[in-house]
Amino acid sequence: MNPYITNTPQEVGQMLESIGVENIDALFADIKPKHSPQSFDLPAGLSEYEVVRRVTQLALKNNVHVVPFIGGGYYDHYIPTVVGALASRGEFYTAYTPYQPECAQGTLQALFEYQSAMCALTGMAVSNASLYDGGTALYEAMMMAIRMTGRHKVIMDGGVSPIYRKILKTYTHHLSYQFAETPVVHGQSSREEIDRLLDRDTAVIILQNPNFFGSIDDFTDIIKKAHSVGALAIVSVYPISLGLLKTPAQMGADIVTGEGQSLGLPLNFGGPYLGFMCTHKKYVRKMPGRIVGQTLDAKGERCFVNTLQAREQHIRRDKATSNICTNVSLCALQAAIFMAVVGKNGLKEMAQLNLDKAEFAKQLLSKIKGVEVKRSAPTFNEFTVHLPVDASHVVAAMMSRGFAAGFPLGRYYPGMERYLLVAVTEKRTKEEIERYAKALQEVLN
Amino acid sequence: MELIFEKSVAGRRGFDFGASDVPVHAHIPPGYARTQDAPLPEVSELDVVRHYTLLSQQNFSVDTHFYPLGSCTMKYNPKFTEALARLSGFTDLHPLLAQLSGGEQWTQGALQILYELEQWMCEMTGFKHFTMQPLAGAHGELTGIMLMAAYHKSQGNTKKKYVIIPDSAHGTNPASAALAGYETITIPSDKNGGMDLQALKAAVNEQTAGLMMTVPSTYGVFEPNISEISKIIHAVDGIMYYDGANLNALLGRARPGDVGFDLMHVNMHKTFSTPHGGGGPGAGPVGVNEKLSRFLPISRVVKRPDGVYALDYDYPESIGYTASFYGHFAILVRAYAYVLMLGKEGLIDTANHAVLNANYIMKKLGPYYKICFDRICMHESVFSASRQAERGVHAIDIAKFLIDQKIHPPTVYFPISVPEAIMIEPTETESKQTMDRFIEKMIEADKLSQSNPAAFKEFPLTMPSNRPDEVKAARDVKTSFFLPDS
Repeated sequence: MNPYITNTPQEVGQMLESIGVENIDALFADIKPKHSPQSFDLPAGLSEYEVVRRVTQLALKNNVHVVPFIGGGYYDHYIPTVVGALASRGEFYTAYTPYQPECAQGTLQALFEYQSAMCALTGMAVSNASLYDGGTALYEAMMMAIRMTGRHKVIMDGGVSPIYRKILKTYTHHLSYQFAETPVVHGQSSREEIDRLLDRDTAVIILQNPNFFGSIDDFTDIIKKAHSVGALAIVSVYPISLGLLKTPAQMGADIVTGEGQSLGLPLNFGGPYLGFMCTHKKYVRKMPGRIVGQTLDAKGERCFVNTLQAREQHIRRDKATSNICTNVSLCALQAAIFMAVVGKNGLKEMAQLNLDKAEFAKQLLSKIKGVEVKRSAPTFNEFTVHLPVDASHVVAAMMSRGFAAGFPLGRYYPGMERYLLVAVTEKRTKEEIERYAKALQEVLN
Repeated sequence: MELIFEKSVAGRRGFDFGASDVPVHAHIPPGYARTQDAPLPEVSELDVVRHYTLLSQQNFSVDTHFYPLGSCTMKYNPKFTEALARLSGFTDLHPLLAQLSGGEQWTQGALQILYELEQWMCEMTGFKHFTMQPLAGAHGELTGIMLMAAYHKSQGNTKKKYVIIPDSAHGTNPASAALAGYETITIPSDKNGGMDLQALKAAVNEQTAGLMMTVPSTYGVFEPNISEISKIIHAVDGIMYYDGANLNALLGRARPGDVGFDLMHVNMHKTFSTPHGGGGPGAGPVGVNEKLSRFLPISRVVKRPDGVYALDYDYPESIGYTASFYGHFAILVRAYAYVLMLGKEGLIDTANHAVLNANYIMKKLGPYYKICFDRICMHESVFSASRQAERGVHAIDIAKFLIDQKIHPPTVYFPISVPEAIMIEPTETESKQTMDRFIEKMIEADKLSQSNPAAFKEFPLTMPSNRPDEVKAARDVKTSFFLPDS
């Protein structure tokens, strides 16, 4: 049975009578017998309790009890309880895209506040109301830059997440864009190689801060050179790091994107997350995705609407700036609540805790014989270590000691099998970090 | 209502991360450091709770209001699926754990959910394989069109240039086709809301890459000539794409894979009752038949002979990675629990009652509003407010009238091919009483359009805002608190 169907058999009878048909089957008369399903062999329904028991058992089959030192762009940050408590209000999560602004001011104002907070964080003037995730947001940004410049060459810095790069490759391999990848040298972007590749065919250079190896950089010089040949610059950023790091706006970035998972969203085995995008005000009409704007109503009162819809698929169809329709509004709401409750000082303190704990871990790990902590560039809360053996073996051995020790870089970088990417967030305690270092020492001995 | 930024007071705190327990205080080297703090709000937790609680109360939602937004399937979202998606065994699971060597052993529960949901979706739709990766319906469309392109490329067919789309299609269809490098050709509908076969035959040639169709269409009509259409497209080696936006009407009645389609996406928030979230997150899994299986995105979830679920990357012809990980996992968990509870009969019931409710409303409103296609409808019906418009009362005015009656308006001005369109989708979870009240209010609107059409320009009267100036919003761009007012 289906407990969510409300009408009683008697009411169903009344409705059928009003319609003038004998039974429900008659309503499907357009579907001829030759179109009937060849099979529809699904399990019989269960009670709520049976489903709860079964799904809870499945949840228990996932190991979430290891202490995580794994990041790679997705981090185990603390989420204040108030974030989930407010975002799980039915008035928010059972509404839809605000097509009728008068009865969606709650969602619209919250998204306006989200956009404002993203501008505060990145230093940029405008933000959209979210895309899907960090990787697809970067793809959308690249397409935006290609459209704006009318050029087809993309320079991709080697420090950009390989997870993102794979996505970009999927979406563009059938299109005639030219990709050039530049190496990472001593943890940072290779100025020399970027200089060599930047030319008047270059649409955009794509950079990431901190980069995938955890190193931080200041791209001001690179972006200046890109602009001198008429190219645009995209910088993908990690929001929490912006509590302390120079903003992409200060560096001169044209489009800023990133993964917003760290802003109050659980890890959720990969999603839903939050793709964000910010840019200059002059480019707002080139930006994909929904955008909420402030306006006045008929009484002259301030209110909010979906704006600049002439860019979007439901108006422009095949000429739209993107095909995106549903994005991740609820995740943007969670991020807005997170940024409000953590606030101006909280974000800075959270970032400082990440920095301090990662530095503490670096100090402990560098004392272990055979472990080399890469120190050629400054880092935020993630860093690369070189091990005397294959990092994936170390990770497996550490799992049985109760730690997700990090991400073995060999998975994405052939030749880097002995490198491990280690993340340390504000949630890791001194005691956990010490136990982690001790366990690593034991594993390596 | 004030913005949270306007409630900010210097020095006020909302959250305390506690003191550091490590004996290190590090610094970002100058040149790499932020020089001014991010101007986020400074508010208390109570400020935040009141602010967002009051904001939420300015929304209409399924939990609070009848929401017959056509084409969007605003059905009730069960609470227990929410609770299950929030189990820490799911929320705390890092996606990269599964990619470590031997990582499948730490993520068996999650992988089993993805695997079983794929099996069920195949059975429900008649397809061979599904990818759970696409993050929303439109993302599924783009993935699907790329699979179409990969197929033609594998056949060495370089002539394929056009994707054919009916005039009733969602705007995402042409936008997705264009992103994947195809041009689109629009085919008109016939007087019964079906596809105009003559126009289709005239448009199809060896350059036709495929056809994208929503069935039932956005007119609420099941395409009677589907078998013939699929023959026409397959005759030129085109791909039949099923837009699963309206799959909810067909569960147990027809399967896209059986009636000639090669490929489909499913909007999980519509058929499987995952919440709409104020505009996402959704999920848009893509299903394919044997012909297209080898092109599906990686990674794929497989069940090994030893019964262990694992990620598999070994598909050399795959189009690659379309999203960062394995899809909107937390959304898929909700869909998994929903399918498990309803089971075969319950799922068929959803289609039965969605169609019953839609026909009931169509029948009752028929005497008052022009019905676009006078026949049995599927899960939604399309009216035109053309008669009311002659009196100066447009579809949007009727929508604003309904807001004052505490009913979320139906979809208006879509499908775009219908002037003054009003598209009504009650869904299976609404009661006769709720629909009767809606019908009564719609009839009242029609009567008022005769007696006092001028009154409509004032509606809504009961909301915090009334008829926002959208032209001003687009002209004087103010999309952030920090931009100056103009």
